[in-house]
Amino acid sequence: MDDVTYETSFDDVVNEPPLSGVDSDAFAGTYDTTEGGRVYTVTGQDWDTVLAPDAGHHERVVVNMGPQHPSTHGVLRLILELEGEVVTEARCGIGYLHTGIEKNLEYRSWTQGVSFVTRMDYLACMANEAGYVLAVEKLLGIVDDVPPRAQVIRVIALELQRISSHLVALATGGFEMGALTAMTNGFRDREEILRLIEMMSGLRMNNAFIRPGGVAQDLPEGGVEQIREVLDKLPRQLDGVPQLLVDNGVWKDRTSGIGYLDLAGCMALGVTGPVLRATGLPYDIRKSMPYFGYEQYDFDVVTETSCDVYGRFLIRIGEINESMRIIAQALDKLEPGPVMVADKKIAWPAQLSIGGDGQGNSLDHIRHIMGESMEALIHHFKLVTEGFHVPPGQVFSWTEAPRGALGVHAVSDGGTRPFRVHVRDPSFNNLQATAAMCEGGQVADVIGAVASIDPVMGGVDR
Amino acid sequence: MTETPDAPGVSAEVVVPSGATTIPVLDVRSGMFGGSGSGDTSGYGGLVRTIELPPPTVRPFGGWFDEVADEVGLALADDGLTFDEAVIHTVVDRGEITFHVRPEHLLAFLRRLRDEPGLRFEICAGVSGVHYPHMVGAELHAVWHLVSVTHNRIVRVEVSASEQHPHVPSVVSVYPADDWHERETFDMFGIVFDGHPGLTRILMPDDWVGHPQRKDYPLGGIPVEYKGATIPPPDQRRSYT
Amino acid sequence: MGIQESLPSGVLLTSVEWAAGQGRAASLWPATFGLACCSIEMMSTGGPRWDLARFGMEVFRGSPRHADLMIVAGRVSQKMAPVLRQIYDQMPEPKWVIAMGVCASSGGMFNNYAIVQGVDHVVPVDIYLPGCPPRPEMLLDAILKLHEKIKVTKLGANRQAEITELEEIALAATPTSAMKGLLR
Repeated sequence: MDDVTYETSFDDVVNEPPLSGVDSDAFAGTYDTTEGGRVYTVTGQDWDTVLAPDAGHHERVVVNMGPQHPSTHGVLRLILELEGEVVTEARCGIGYLHTGIEKNLEYRSWTQGVSFVTRMDYLACMANEAGYVLAVEKLLGIVDDVPPRAQVIRVIALELQRISSHLVALATGGFEMGALTAMTNGFRDREEILRLIEMMSGLRMNNAFIRPGGVAQDLPEGGVEQIREVLDKLPRQLDGVPQLLVDNGVWKDRTSGIGYLDLAGCMALGVTGPVLRATGLPYDIRKSMPYFGYEQYDFDVVTETSCDVYGRFLIRIGEINESMRIIAQALDKLEPGPVMVADKKIAWPAQLSIGGDGQGNSLDHIRHIMGESMEALIHHFKLVTEGFHVPPGQVFSWTEAPRGALGVHAVSDGGTRPFRVHVRDPSFNNLQATAAMCEGGQVADVIGAVASIDPVMGGVDR
Repeated sequence: MTETPDAPGVSAEVVVPSGATTIPVLDVRSGMFGGSGSGDTSGYGGLVRTIELPPPTVRPFGGWFDEVADEVGLALADDGLTFDEAVIHTVVDRGEITFHVRPEHLLAFLRRLRDEPGLRFEICAGVSGVHYPHMVGAELHAVWHLVSVTHNRIVRVEVSASEQHPHVPSVVSVYPADDWHERETFDMFGIVFDGHPGLTRILMPDDWVGHPQRKDYPLGGIPVEYKGATIPPPDQRRSYT
Repeated sequence: MGIQESLPSGVLLTSVEWAAGQGRAASLWPATFGLACCSIEMMSTGGPRWDLARFGMEVFRGSPRHADLMIVAGRVSQKMAPVLRQIYDQMPEPKWVIAMGVCASSGGMFNNYAIVQGVDHVVPVDIYLPGCPPRPEMLLDAILKLHEKIKVTKLGANRQAEITELEEIALAATPTSAMKGLLR
């Protein structure tokens, strides 16, 4: 009795007297309200009359772009409510990569913490280390005692990391929007940078290189020449992605006006980084609150005024060029000297070098601690097993990671382990802007907007 | 974190009543190297150390800190508050200033910090929770860092709540950026932010029980298996603090 | 599953095994399951420098229905574990799993409440690849070892015999923490 009946004979319908809820249109569908519900009689071309009385009946279409998705930039879950192709509500589900790094840090010494923190935002590993190490050095009070050579090497490492991170942002952004060769070009160029990072720190990624007091090891012989060589050929090589996409009609159509977030929106949501600079505000922590000697370098803060995905894309390309400028200046600034702070109670004792079985403590250092100096042996043993003690208190460091402003709140209880470290990751904050950027737009633009925020889920979820 | 083996006669719990200007004690630890119960003839086993956080600072604070404190005080007068009514104490340490604010006046304080022309702390870098289990009555702290783009400054605002009544006003009405940060602090510490539009777990699964980053929540690791031996997880190993 | 199931052990089954193994190993299609840092190295492996396309594997399928290989690249959190299992279940047979990186193999450096201590708690793993993250060359080595493993996969009656044999060996084996006296 609840079934919908379909009249197959046209004559029967036409000759039937009209029932309630029907206008005088001969083709109109009819319905009959029985105790079991509505019974519809339809013949075709009459959906609007059949459904019109039911206009309040509305179904929400909620689509889940689940954590496993080739285009959501990592394990991000986007819950979209759709009205046709238009997104009416966008929500982010995060936490799929929550690793408990901050709690783990409370059980490891301050230097071991560098290895954990480096795995948060895994595309700009040394940027995380820089924020954390700046906080530890502020707690120790040795910010000014870090040797200049170590500061310059840190700047070189950070800017190389920034180039490689922006290349991945451009590559994956292009890939997610369908420009697959952007990905192959971006990753090819990135390999050169990774070779330099590997030369400096020993690893391509997750290098625990920037440590409290300095850096883990000095540049190897021939390192400066190698960096200069790559820097010379990089501009022409890096032209791959820009040549493909800048002023490309299809790319501009897909990215201009998309993911719009103006200055008021950015300030309300606390968004920093390329998204904020795309609104025209030249806020770069390297300029406003310089650290690691950034005030000595001459570089511009790249801004655009279009507040959209295309603007952020152009900013990232511009920042790659600025980073190359900074590295060139830093290479000229390199003077011979130590790369760890002079205080032996804090400085990481060993210089690493490549031996017969890989990277490890340099043999000179081992000869020194085993044969020459008892104090050095004691320092090495105590620093590596126990770690250094940090006076109690709390501190906040504010650094410019490739994705935005990285804040590290570190609390010490006077011991060798952090009492509490909270990392305010830029992607975690910036991802809140997804709803503001996507609602009212189309589904395909959600991908572009999220790609332009460039979240790294390791940093978002920690 | 660390086990505090109680030496006889020494209590590890210290009370910091809110409103007091005594030096905030984080912990009283006895012994060294985290061990206890062994035949320690060195004498280090009887060591008792009081861990004190940096003490509250009296005026003048130095540098631009006084400017900020004065302007906030003046602005709060429009809300009918004085600086000392809103702020329990101020700590200036390592070039940074921390305002310990009373929870009931938090929103007024932050609104003034955001809106006054001489202050203009536009960006809220999120809320961070800290759990001090030995500060009985004020165990859970919520810490906000505010960044001023206009004046290029950073201040810290701290509010404390007890574990029995872990409620702190939500700051989302003043700084919408704090939305997910408050959810994360609730998830990890159990601090309930009153007035938050949707306070649910964000990092852990929705049906998780417990607040992982509290000090009494175990790290949760499993013993690591090697050939011939098992090493306990990091929170059950010897601690050197 | 086909002719393999009904053939008795013998030369014919071995030839079918050989042919099926060659075919399956020739173009394994991975499902995108990049989670964390290891996924970046996995993307580099698919990139131009360490080309996965020479093994026929550059098509990372978004849909698990089209994939045969799941490379679990990265740390699996408690929230992600049911998703991992669901994707694994959605993949049609035959399927293989590479646990890429120490976090997928054993929980890695994150021995805590938030990370599943090894994805073999959730899905059966064929190749464990240590490294944090493993270099692209290491991933290629793991994939080639998996190719070797696939080429010698037994089918039908042979597979049943192999399963029974492996089970008996596993039940009689000493656990790792009881393997004493190895340093002598």
